[in-house]
Amino acid sequence: MDLVNALVALTNFVLIPGAAYGAQLALGALGVTLIYGILRFSNFAHGDTMAFGTMVTIGVTWWLQSVGVSLGPLPTALLAMPVGIVATVLLLLATDRVVYRFYRKQRAAPVILVIVSIGVMFILNGVVRIFIGTDNQVFADGARFVISARDFRDATGLEEGLALRVSQVITLVTAIVTVAALFWFLTKTRTGTSMRAYSDNEDLALLSGISPERVVIIAWALAGTLATIAGVLYGLDKSFMPFTYFQLLLPIFAAAIVGGLGSPIGAIAGGFVIAFSEVTLTYAWLKVQEYLLPSWQPDGLLQLLATEYKFAVSFAILVTVLIFRPTGLFRGKSA
Amino acid sequence: MRAGLLFALVALLYIATGVLQSWSLALTIFNMGLVSAIMALGVNIQWGYAGLFNVGVMGFVALGGLGAVLVGMPPVPDAWSAGGVRILAALAVGAAVLVAAVLAWTRMSRGWVRTLVTLAILVVGFYVYRAIFDPARDAIEAVNPAATGYLGGLGLPILLAWPVGALIAAGAAWLIGKTALGLRSDYLAIATLGIAEIIIAVLKNEDWLARGVKNVSGLPRPVPFEVDLQQDPDFLARIGSLDPVTASSIAVKLAYTALFLVVLALVLWLSQAALASPWGRMMRAIRDNETAAEAMGKNVVRRHLQVFVIGSAICGLAGAMMTTLDGQLTPGTYQPLRYTFLIWVMVIVGGSGNNWGAVLGGFLVWWLWTQVEPMGAFMMSVLTSPLPETSPLRLHLMDSVQYTRVLLMGVVLLLVLRFSPRGLVPEK
Repeated sequence: MDLVNALVALTNFVLIPGAAYGAQLALGALGVTLIYGILRFSNFAHGDTMAFGTMVTIGVTWWLQSVGVSLGPLPTALLAMPVGIVATVLLLLATDRVVYRFYRKQRAAPVILVIVSIGVMFILNGVVRIFIGTDNQVFADGARFVISARDFRDATGLEEGLALRVSQVITLVTAIVTVAALFWFLTKTRTGTSMRAYSDNEDLALLSGISPERVVIIAWALAGTLATIAGVLYGLDKSFMPFTYFQLLLPIFAAAIVGGLGSPIGAIAGGFVIAFSEVTLTYAWLKVQEYLLPSWQPDGLLQLLATEYKFAVSFAILVTVLIFRPTGLFRGKSA
Repeated sequence: MRAGLLFALVALLYIATGVLQSWSLALTIFNMGLVSAIMALGVNIQWGYAGLFNVGVMGFVALGGLGAVLVGMPPVPDAWSAGGVRILAALAVGAAVLVAAVLAWTRMSRGWVRTLVTLAILVVGFYVYRAIFDPARDAIEAVNPAATGYLGGLGLPILLAWPVGALIAAGAAWLIGKTALGLRSDYLAIATLGIAEIIIAVLKNEDWLARGVKNVSGLPRPVPFEVDLQQDPDFLARIGSLDPVTASSIAVKLAYTALFLVVLALVLWLSQAALASPWGRMMRAIRDNETAAEAMGKNVVRRHLQVFVIGSAICGLAGAMMTTLDGQLTPGTYQPLRYTFLIWVMVIVGGSGNNWGAVLGGFLVWWLWTQVEPMGAFMMSVLTSPLPETSPLRLHLMDSVQYTRVLLMGVVLLLVLRFSPRGLVPEK
């Protein structure tokens, strides 16, 4: 019985939150990795792009709520998300046209494009803060739980409760659908194939008549879509705060690099590696230990690292991978 | 010529602030401008001389600030007797574990034995470290937590903290450089971005070190206090009919200005001398073509490490100066936008590779950063004038005026990159 209780505690505090967080990171990292594969630079503005998409979604959600539209048990934000996606994609396409295209034509060094993306990051940062401010915004509505801890305890008679929040289920379902659609697009459609060809070998792709501008446009559109979905899911699951989204840049980049920059499969794997490492290392294991080894009574919470050091986890994994396997787990673009 | 004109223009901006607003404000901005110029010099040495993309400036600045606390604050004897020695021992154990793990990894022959031994050293070492560290930390933090709860500093003159801050930053930079340099430029960027976040997390959470988010305030000052000046008959006699409160505040600020100017002049002179020397030529050769420089027998990795350490040390120096000027260390206020990316804007706008450009960029961008808010407020009130006075949208937009400066920095950076990519004062 204690073993079951320990397993339930583990699922409740590590597996489910880790999986949801991993899915959010994976979606973010997919955007970064796609831009890297096609445009060949690390986009520092990605975190703020996520914030922008989420901000638009929140705005539309508020409007929908004010006119009385809702999705019942599901959060209204899901209904508003398409608007956020369209706005973000348009914004990214406009940025590409006004800012990035010039440097692409010049064939500027990747590091220049990174600095340019820092400029874009500043602008998006300012725009988001001007419109929605820096405060925490909770915009999840509808039902909170699919299974609440108490229901679970009543139903199973176990001591330990297991809660499954709606936002976690939505995150996982949406992530699976999005990733499936993305891979279908990349492998089964002509456009997707030409994108992969362009990412693998630009010159060869150009020779075979693939239009580079078209590929770039689609890459931005996909990145905008993925960024908004990732941002909205993260916001529903936790809450929306512009600075947090900026800070997400680090685990997202870590995920993309750990998986291998330019490799979509790698980005997903990297997202889960980073998320589970963060959650397991910062989780206080006392609860699980109480069930497994009740005779041993430690004085601490059995937490390996304070939660505030979660950046250190992504970072340590990142450095380890870079030192021992610079191309990432899935052989992305070479170091 | 062009540089001279631009410097005169920026000087005019500061003078206009003094005339139109107040001299006290102009001096406050100017003092931070001096600090910013030194930070920009540090980044310029890394990026302009050697092409190293360091976006962890914030971390080194904060380490310099930590230096100010560790040198300037008086020691807390109770905390030292409670756990000072134990915590030092724990840190020594931690360092020894890391060294042992690295040695095991590099000295042993390849294979699963090596992996196991290294992992075992790390895991066992971690538990030993925590076993010594945790009780010592709790003991120190329990000593009068409202006022101290940390080990305190050495109680030495605060001016000594400036070189010490630089040394701490240099030490951290050496460690980071050893692992992260040699990575491709954007990997180095991500790595330094992460390091900076970790340094801030350490400062926020390790209360025994510098009180974490409880802040250390009341750092000793290298200049007299305003209150003392106001009661000093000598000072009162010298200012004549001026208001003693304003005069004392300006006198204190001028004293800081003088100190900072000396440091800036020194750093600038050294940077210029280094750039003109054979070493500077070698650095630029490496930046422009690593392979060719390597073929000429230059050790690129070593030179990169060297320049990374020097640049970070200068950022640490500026950080220590800034903390001294503020009189407090507040880890919660370090934000990458302000302490990393803004410094980058200064370097790019001023002209990367040119020290005078970096200094100019420091003064200009810092002035814009502080003075855009009033301008933004004006712009916003014009833009929102069609809306009624009490419209919630208008009130909200007027409220968020302070963020227009972030927006403007992005616009300035993009415009400079597009139309004058070598900056206002280009490298010769």
